[in-house]
Amino acid sequence: MVAAVQFNQVSKRFGSLLALDSVSLSIQQGEFFALLGPNGAGKSTLINILSGLLHPSEGRVQVMGFDVIRDYRQARRSLGVVPQELVFDPFFSLREMLRFQAGYFGKSRENDIWVDEVIEGLGLSDKAGTNMRRLSGGMKRRALIAQALVHKPPVIVLDEPTAGVDVELRHMLWEFIKRLNMQGHTIILTTHYLEEAEELCSRVALLKQGKIIKLDTTENLLHSMHGKLLQIKLDGDLPADLQPMKKDYIDGYFLLSLSEISSLETVMSICRREKIAIEDLRLIERDLEDVFVEMVGRA
Amino acid sequence: MMSAQAWIGVWTLFKKELLRFWKVSFQTVAAPVISALLYLLIFSHVLGSHVEVYPGVDYTVFLIPGLIMMSVLQNAFANSSSSLIQSKVMGNIIFILITPISYLEFFIAFLAASIIRGICVGLCIYLVSIFFVNLPLVHPFIIFAFALLGSAMLGTFGIIAGLWAEKFDQMAAFQNFVIMPLSFLSGVFYSIHSLPPFWQKLSHLNPFFYMIDGFRYGFFGVGDISPWISLIIVSFTFVILSIVTILMLRSGYKLRG
Repeated sequence: MVAAVQFNQVSKRFGSLLALDSVSLSIQQGEFFALLGPNGAGKSTLINILSGLLHPSEGRVQVMGFDVIRDYRQARRSLGVVPQELVFDPFFSLREMLRFQAGYFGKSRENDIWVDEVIEGLGLSDKAGTNMRRLSGGMKRRALIAQALVHKPPVIVLDEPTAGVDVELRHMLWEFIKRLNMQGHTIILTTHYLEEAEELCSRVALLKQGKIIKLDTTENLLHSMHGKLLQIKLDGDLPADLQPMKKDYIDGYFLLSLSEISSLETVMSICRREKIAIEDLRLIERDLEDVFVEMVGRA
Repeated sequence: MMSAQAWIGVWTLFKKELLRFWKVSFQTVAAPVISALLYLLIFSHVLGSHVEVYPGVDYTVFLIPGLIMMSVLQNAFANSSSSLIQSKVMGNIIFILITPISYLEFFIAFLAASIIRGICVGLCIYLVSIFFVNLPLVHPFIIFAFALLGSAMLGTFGIIAGLWAEKFDQMAAFQNFVIMPLSFLSGVFYSIHSLPPFWQKLSHLNPFFYMIDGFRYGFFGVGDISPWISLIIVSFTFVILSIVTILMLRSGYKLRG
């Protein structure tokens, strides 16, 4: 089966700045994939090359087997892009804008039924005839997602889809995107909410300074972080023997890194020996944020 | 050979560009018509009884074709240039750039919409004018040919300006320092034969002069130069500008990195 998206040795230079450095990456059909990295890592450059907004300095990119430059028409028909910025055309209503967008992709009026389905699916039916200027931020965000879906693309790229939206809407969008993935769409997501990537994505690529520094399944990445974190509140200072384990001190709680669960007994016995009472303790599972901080910091 | 899907794409973009100006038709159609009528009122009042440019042709009647053509040109330019600069500044140009629409199809859609707006404004001014004066139509085909070529040329020019400009003030500079002087110094309000020889020669370097003079010839059967020479020069300028525009679009100038 042909890969949904294939990057082969892709580099991009802006003058003397090397924004992408020989990135190779293959995303399979039906995957839910996350592109993570700090600001300036090259995520948006990679997406802009994929969508044809930028040309790579070197290398090749394919969407569903179509080269984004040579076979750009087929490649772009296979791709739906949700941009990060809340951009819209202030002259038109939501429905007009979506119908135009479908038309640009060669979809005739018969596609209008699908446009209305997308509007309904995103809970925008009562705003379909409203001018884009009059929609709230959350509605504009949903409208952008609708715009990426009107031509029924097999691959959907979401660049920070939940940036600046409230918790309720974020969960609604997560459910919607999950449903799209279950229907067979390949989803590529960039996000600053690592919780979002952990919850939704089966595979993750970590980018830093234009290079992929880690590419693995979310599960493997989480397992790669050995041990757990212990949040502990004491009635005194942290004993000297526990200082090497200390990671942080927040709101009266020490954050200790345990290499394995049996280390918990060691922590407790040291506290008993030093006659320091434990007022509260919580065990915390490692999350993608820990992986991100560790990997990005180390690379 | 364009596929059916590609045709739908071009048609949709053309339709969107048409609707964009039609939704604000008070600003894009009614306002230029009122401006042209004000010019007509003022100039005909001040100069009407003192000036006779062509023998037997009242100055007010002489003025109308020039004003129609000037409005056609300015509005064709405004359509493509304002649409592009607004889309670039607001960021919604991305919705076109990520689609399968080719650079040539983009050009065709923007150009066609500019022509329609230019001719629409020109037609409105004509229809209002004939209520007040008896305007002859000696060569309707020539009138149509110049209106079509003129609006196409300025529509193309508008695409170039829209691609080049990154801010609204750059676009305003283009309009005030290029389009406006070329329109006003093209013989809209006078015949270039009334100018000193140096300025007459200089006027021949202005492509707007040929469009105005050729268009006016279509109404009166009289012009400062042969309409066929004007037609050749205007067509040639249009082809050159089109080639420049298509090359800019193909390279993704200020659109794709």
